[in-house]
Amino acid sequence: MDKSVIEKYELVVGLEVHAQMLTKSKAFSSEANEYGALPNTNVSVITLAHPGTLPKANRKAVEYAVKMGLACNCSITEYNIYDRKNYFYPDLPKGYQITQDKTPICRGGYIDIKTKSGRRSRIRLNRIHMEEDAGKSLHLEGETETLVDLNRAGVPLIEIVTEPDIRYPEEAYAFLTEIRRLVRYLEICDGNMEEGSLRCDANISVRLKGSKELGRKVEVKNMNSITNVQRAIEREMLRQIEIIEKGGTIASETRMYDAVNNQTYSLRTKEALNDYRYFPEPDLPPIIITEEYLREVRAMMPPLPNELFIKFTSEFGLPEYDAGVLTDKKEIALYFLEICKLTQNYKAASNWVMGPIKSYLNELTMEIKEFPLKPSQIVELIELVEQGKISFAICSQRLFPAFIENPNTTALALAEKMNLIQVSDTSFIKPIIEEVLANWAEKVEAYKKGNKNLLGLFMGEVMKKGKGKVDPKVATKLIQEMLDA
Amino acid sequence: MYSSYQEIRKALQKKEVRVKEIVEYYLRKIEETKHLNAYLEVYAEEALSRADEIDKKLQAGKAGNLAGMVITHKDVICYENHRLQASSKILDGFVAQFTAPSLQRMLDADVIVIGRVNCDEFAMGGSNENSAFGVVRNNIDPTRVPGGSSGGSAVSVSADTCLISLGSDTGGSVRQPAAFTGIVGFKPTYSRISRYGLIAYASSFDTIGVLAKNVEDTALVMEYLAGKDEYDATVSQKPVPPYSQLLEIPTHQLKIGYIKEVLETEAVQKEIKEAVWRKIEQFRADGHEVIPVDFPLYEYALPTYYILTTAEASTNLSRYDGVRYGYRSPNAVDVETLYKRTRSEGFGPEVKRRIMLGTFVLSASYYDAYFTKAQKVRRIIRDEMLKLLNNLDFLITPTTPTTAFEIGKYNEENVLELYYADILTVTPSLCGLPAISIPIGLDEKNLPIGLQVTAKYFEEASLLAFAKYAMQN
Repeated sequence: MDKSVIEKYELVVGLEVHAQMLTKSKAFSSEANEYGALPNTNVSVITLAHPGTLPKANRKAVEYAVKMGLACNCSITEYNIYDRKNYFYPDLPKGYQITQDKTPICRGGYIDIKTKSGRRSRIRLNRIHMEEDAGKSLHLEGETETLVDLNRAGVPLIEIVTEPDIRYPEEAYAFLTEIRRLVRYLEICDGNMEEGSLRCDANISVRLKGSKELGRKVEVKNMNSITNVQRAIEREMLRQIEIIEKGGTIASETRMYDAVNNQTYSLRTKEALNDYRYFPEPDLPPIIITEEYLREVRAMMPPLPNELFIKFTSEFGLPEYDAGVLTDKKEIALYFLEICKLTQNYKAASNWVMGPIKSYLNELTMEIKEFPLKPSQIVELIELVEQGKISFAICSQRLFPAFIENPNTTALALAEKMNLIQVSDTSFIKPIIEEVLANWAEKVEAYKKGNKNLLGLFMGEVMKKGKGKVDPKVATKLIQEMLDA
Repeated sequence: MYSSYQEIRKALQKKEVRVKEIVEYYLRKIEETKHLNAYLEVYAEEALSRADEIDKKLQAGKAGNLAGMVITHKDVICYENHRLQASSKILDGFVAQFTAPSLQRMLDADVIVIGRVNCDEFAMGGSNENSAFGVVRNNIDPTRVPGGSSGGSAVSVSADTCLISLGSDTGGSVRQPAAFTGIVGFKPTYSRISRYGLIAYASSFDTIGVLAKNVEDTALVMEYLAGKDEYDATVSQKPVPPYSQLLEIPTHQLKIGYIKEVLETEAVQKEIKEAVWRKIEQFRADGHEVIPVDFPLYEYALPTYYILTTAEASTNLSRYDGVRYGYRSPNAVDVETLYKRTRSEGFGPEVKRRIMLGTFVLSASYYDAYFTKAQKVRRIIRDEMLKLLNNLDFLITPTTPTTAFEIGKYNEENVLELYYADILTVTPSLCGLPAISIPIGLDEKNLPIGLQVTAKYFEEASLLAFAKYAMQN
């Protein structure tokens, strides 16, 4: 399609994100909440909806929902009731889902995002509410019967609903990336879209730019990665523009995304609106969120990525790029923060974390919590370089790996033992320079005739002969003196 | 044989009888009264072997405090490894995998459960004619209904086939059959007894209740049934008083109210009104103040009750779908027919009527007109009732407008008249208040008449003491 045609239109997208809470037990019963167990092994009589069973709310799930709300600048609802959403499906044992309809635990709020191309925007949230997951229906190839696994039934979820503020597919990407980072910072969800612990549906419409009215929206499901969400929105946008350009109208429907063919296909039309007969859950007392409780939860909150970003750029004076990389994962950010408590050389600390430490972790697919060196030991390395006792190159290439192998010593002792400490004593450096200049007599002549570039060659040879121990500043000065003499 | 647990306890202490003999007696009575259709299942062998064990414990002086008490459980109360089907085809073959914690506490005190008794399907009904296993007959007059929905429970006690029955009461299901069979039926405050293990009909109304021959046994059993339970998030955390030790006849002057309109209306059977008047005179003669009170909201109680209970029932009964347990239609060919046929074939007509009514009042177009409005009316009725009770110790009414009616009297054509029979019992249920029905006489056909006494929240102890006093003379 011609770019000028596409540019006549504005994309309008709202997202519904489901995040499975990392609680030990289920939302309303006590069996384990774990991924990957054998089918139908984590199923109590409550999950199976046996007659006579009752739900009991998991307070941890409430706490997690409140944490997410606080992290997203939402107002927290004081008086929370649960509701039943009624519909029949074999993977929904009670015939209703326990959710929140009229009193979502978090209202309003927003998330600030920055896309890869640098566009900043604020995506407003409509609400975050608590609910329970359904089981899984498995339709096996070639089988007429459907199998049901109820391990997932009753797993606590939060559903994050945005306002229709997303205007570009890449904003959806940035938004989901930020959601995933937040839930991981808060340790309330593992944020794994491939395993379905983070799921996203998109309500997509287009309209002519300048139009105030919203176009008819289409719900797109089944996007199991953040990249696929962006691709699906892009694809669906083009499909809708094409229909409108041909004079057609958009059908209000639910479509599935097929990542292999990068296409959406119709699942069902929404003409007959589902009536879920929402109904206040009489088996659960209301959850009251008091000011005191909010204070307690706030006190438990870890520093959030945007707070750290601001601290790293303004207080530590780091480039935005550094701050972005360092706040990507909470554990890395906190490790970095520990280093910065012990040294003022923030840029050096950032270089160490983003460079040698991250490379080491990536190479071994290791988490920072398994990394053998303490932040204070990184500070030792920074200080050795700072004091000119060792060059950054030697320090990162030789001392750092050795230090990892022997973390029970100090960096200085190890550097000494490895004979890596730079020497600035001229009585040590002078004979080396003399030897080099003698070996390269022809080049010395050339230098004296004006080829000043040869200084680098002499310097390299001196460093090589000095096995990295020669203080380069002193050596440069001495070479020049001796050549000019 | 024994008219109270007190007698049984004494006889056991004096070694005049063994628990096994008591069980054998009840088993004979069950056999003799088989035509009443009160029992869905008799646990004969199990009850006998448990009796043997308890006899041994008694000899060793290690028996529980309810040793020798023989009870039945309504087919809506879970008893582990025993069948449970709410008198419905849809739970065909279902076996409970746990015991209701309230019943468990009684079992721990050495109660013997002798059988599972019939009721209206999913506790919906007031005549026990809605059971998939046939009507229960009233032991006083087998051409008449025993009331419902705990009809089997009432008959099992009234016909002396057990001492106590655990029933459930949503809008009168314990009190009304107790009135129809001449026994005591007690519904405690909502949330006093854990609902875990009770099949839900209308969750914000349902409570386990007691059917017994007298108030003393009721009070004793309540000590075990009531109290907190980790499986029910709505159960009261209040401590449980020793009800059976708090039954002294009230010595101070009580203020008792009766609803004037109820004792004047033609809709209540003449002999019932007369029996209540006789009781009023007796209370006055004993120095108590008995005053008429107005409660004009009475007429709204019944529609409010039926809108809210059917709404709750329509979602509570969604789980019966044939997917995981119970009846599954052999005629299902896909997911949709699995649901439609299983539920069409599995539920009886009254249950279907209530599910449809409840689905209707919760549907988007009618939600506010019916459900929201009924919720508001419920709140108003409760507030008004509490105001009324603030000025009173107890409120009395007849339990039912008529005595036990003939089997088959009500059908599809006049089902609303049958609903009307609940008019006097639904108000305490709407408010969640404790209420008891006690026998206060017989009508001209020798059919029992019940008096309903309602008290304030959690005043079970004074209510039971008053009921014991009111049953005397």
